[in-house]
This record gives sequence, C-alpha cells and structure tokens, in this order.
Amino acid sequence: MSVDTLIELWHTLIGTIADVLPIAVIIFGFQLFVLRKPIPHFGRVLAGFLYVLIGLAFFLEGLELALFPLGKLMAAQLTDPAFIASVTHATEQVAKLNWRDYYWVYLFAFAIGFSTTIAEPSLLAVAIKANQVSAGSIGVMGLRVAVALGVAIGIALGTYRIVTGTPLHWYIIAGYVVVVIQTFFAPKLIIALAYDSGGVTTSTVTVPLVAALGLGLASTVPGRSTLLDGFGLIAFASLFPIMSVMAYAQLSEWRAKRANRTY
Amino acid sequence: MDKLKRLLAPLLSSARDLMPIVVVIGFFQLVVLQQPIPNLGELLLGTLFVVIGLALFVKGLEMGLFPIGESMAHAFARKGSLTWLLLFAAALGFGTTVAEPALIAVAEEAAKIAAAGNVIENTPEAMESYANGLRLTVAISVGFAILVGVLRIIRGWPIHYLIIAGYIGVIIMTAFAPPEIIGIAYDSGGVTTSTITVPLVTALGVGLASSIKGRNPMVDGFGLIAFASLTPMIFVMGYGMLI
Repeated sequence: MSVDTLIELWHTLIGTIADVLPIAVIIFGFQLFVLRKPIPHFGRVLAGFLYVLIGLAFFLEGLELALFPLGKLMAAQLTDPAFIASVTHATEQVAKLNWRDYYWVYLFAFAIGFSTTIAEPSLLAVAIKANQVSAGSIGVMGLRVAVALGVAIGIALGTYRIVTGTPLHWYIIAGYVVVVIQTFFAPKLIIALAYDSGGVTTSTVTVPLVAALGLGLASTVPGRSTLLDGFGLIAFASLFPIMSVMAYAQLSEWRAKRANRTY
Repeated sequence: MDKLKRLLAPLLSSARDLMPIVVVIGFFQLVVLQQPIPNLGELLLGTLFVVIGLALFVKGLEMGLFPIGESMAHAFARKGSLTWLLLFAAALGFGTTVAEPALIAVAEEAAKIAAAGNVIENTPEAMESYANGLRLTVAISVGFAILVGVLRIIRGWPIHYLIIAGYIGVIIMTAFAPPEIIGIAYDSGGVTTSTITVPLVTALGVGLASSIKGRNPMVDGFGLIAFASLTPMIFVMGYGMLI
C-alpha cells in the first residue's frame, strides 16, 4: 500500500466526517437541549458512528481506487461511435448509426445498474430494517434483487431514451401512471417500502457510474447535447424500482394464494 | 474458531455483495472491449477496501445509526410535543441535504446549463449564486418532505394519496417549467438521500410508527425517503421558473 493511498484515505475520512457533522450537531443538539436525556448506550452508539465513518471512508476510497476509473473508462469506450460501428459492421459511417446498434450499451446499462444497486449500502440498510420490521417475511436479498432489477431496467431504458432523444417527461409520466395503477392492486404492506426503494437506490455507488454513462452517451450520439440529454438516468433509476418492488410483492402474494388453493 | 467465524462472516457477505460488479466489469473489459485489466494491484486493493468498508458500515449501522434514530423517535413520542418533533424532522431533512456532496455536484452542473442557456449571466458570481440558491431550494424541500412525512405517520394518512398528489404536482410543474431545468429537477429527487441519511430517517419513521398506538411500522413507518425524493423535483422546477 503506497503512502499516496493512505493520504487519499485520510482525505476521504475527513470528507466523510464533514458530511456527518451537520447530522451529528442536529441529533446531539436536540438530544441535549430538547429531549434533555442522556443517550442510551452512549458509548456503543458512538462506536457505531465511528464504524460508519471509517467504513464509508474505506468504501468510497476503494471505489475511487478500483471501480470508478475502470467503470467510467468503460462507459466512455462503450459509447464511442467507433466501437459501436466496429461491432455492428452494419455501416462504416458513424452518422448513420441506428438505435439498434447500441445493444452493448443497453446491456452494459442493465448489468451495471443491477450490480451497483446490489452493492449500495443505503439499500442494504433499508432491506435490513424491512426484514426486521416484517419479522422476516421480506427477505433482505429478495428485496435487493427486486430493486436492482428495477434499476437495471430503468437505466437500460434511460440509455435508449438518450440514444433516440425522446423527451424525458413522457417516460416519467407514463411511469407514474403505472405506479399509481399498481398501488391499487399491490399488497398494502409493501406500498410505503416500495415508494422508499425508489429514493434509496441511487447513492454512492450507482450515481457516479451512471452519470458517466449518461454523459458519455449524450456527448457521442449525434444530435444530443450533454447539457440537455445527459441528465435523467437517475430519475429512471429512482422510478422503476417502485414498480419492480410492487411487482415482486404481487408475485409473492399470487404464488402464496395459488399454493393455498392447490393444497 | 467461533470468533474467527464472527469476524469473517460480515466480510464474506460484503464480498458477495460486490461480486456482481466485479463480474460485470470483468466481462465487459475482457470479452466485449477485449482489453487487459489495467493496474491489477490497485484494483485488488480497492476491492479489498470496499469489502472492509461495507462490513464496517453494516456493523456501525446496527450499533449506532439504527438505535439512535429509534431511541429519538421513542423519546419524542413520550415527550408528546408535536412542535419539537416537526422542528426536528425539518432540521434533519434540511441539515442532511444542504451539505450533501452529490447535490453540490448537481447544483454546479445546473448552473453551467443555466449560464449556457442565457438564463443567468455567464459569470462565476452569477453561477455560484444560482448553484447556492438551488442547493438551498433542494434542502428546504427535503426538510419540508420529512416534516410532512412525520406528520403523516402521526396522523396515519394513507401514503399513496400524498404520493399521487406529489406526482400530479410534478406533472403540472413539468408543463410550465423551462425545458433546461426538467432533467436536473428529475435527477435531483434521486441524489438527495445520502448513505447516512437513509438509515437514520428510516429508523426514525419505523421508531415513530411503532411507538404510536394504532400505527403499523410496516404500513406507516416507511415512506419518509419517498417524500424526500419527490418534493425536490417540484421545488427545483419552481426555482427554474422563478429565476
């Protein structure tokens, strides 16, 4: 391990502490001045905060060291028109590329959306909590896979949107309509959790890689502007998990019902 | 032996969580792009860091963030002061968002777009004040969201009516907001909730719902994050219309 790596790790730790500081001030301020009670198991809680800080610093530094450079480079290479023209053989002329020629991009978007979501710490936190609250009927892995599938589909569709240049808001509004319809049919217990899973998916791991993919595409596809079309992938990634989590619950309910009927 | 197992189990489960990314990146690099993996040493060290970091984070979650969120929820419920609870909710939402690095990055990006589209003057000062205004707008909207979300848990309002109302708000604002702001506004919903905010706010919601009679932690406890990712869209489009 080089000295540079240690210095970087230290900087990341300082950055993480700066992020946590306002939160700590609010929590301890309210605890001391409003609730006026000592914090139960104070030592343990403090140690927990320390673990979170050090853990996040290692996590972020590790991503910076290993995954982000390679992932971002890959996003740039995959969206390069020269690469796309070389794998499709359909046409030598970059300007004539069709949306169908970008299949590796869609596949990469799907795969990277799925895999980064599985590793997302905030989703893990919500899944652990949901598992506790539901007394085990919602599995930690089951929920994470459902969310990750939603993100994967969302980001793949989002890259398709950038390639074709269709307006973002039509996709989002159509997504809302589907969510609202599903809400009336999904089991009541899952609804709040499903809505939450939209917001937790896009965090430390997903955002940088997905943003690189979006900006790469928007800057290389002819006729797209980075400024106007580079955004929107995150919005897709936060909308589709709502649908996939409700679908997961509907599917489990339906299977349970069917099992009851046959036996 | 038992101790060793306890130490290794979280590391193994983090390694398993990381496997998909390693497989995806390896496959695309070696098979699709047909290039060697650069800096293998750094890559392995970084992956080890991520595994250790994730394991420590989960441990800290169960020891620190979850208990403090829940114990504060119980303490507020016992104290019985709605004003202080709502003030705490708003402060937590605002305070955790205003310094969020992802939001700072998005706000700067948005300022560039606004300057390029001649919405604001193309000077560093104008861009900085635009970015700061945007950050403040998002932070206020998240504070508002957590406040409404906590009020919902206390009153037991069904979540889907509020969410549907929010969706209608987003759609109406989309029709009137300048087109340059829409992409950023939609994305700002997703970037506001950080890795530390999510467990805290979730524990707060679940803790409140389980300490108030007649509330179900599963039905009523979740949903705070959902509000926090919806209101910024509406507020940011509003900001785009005003400036």
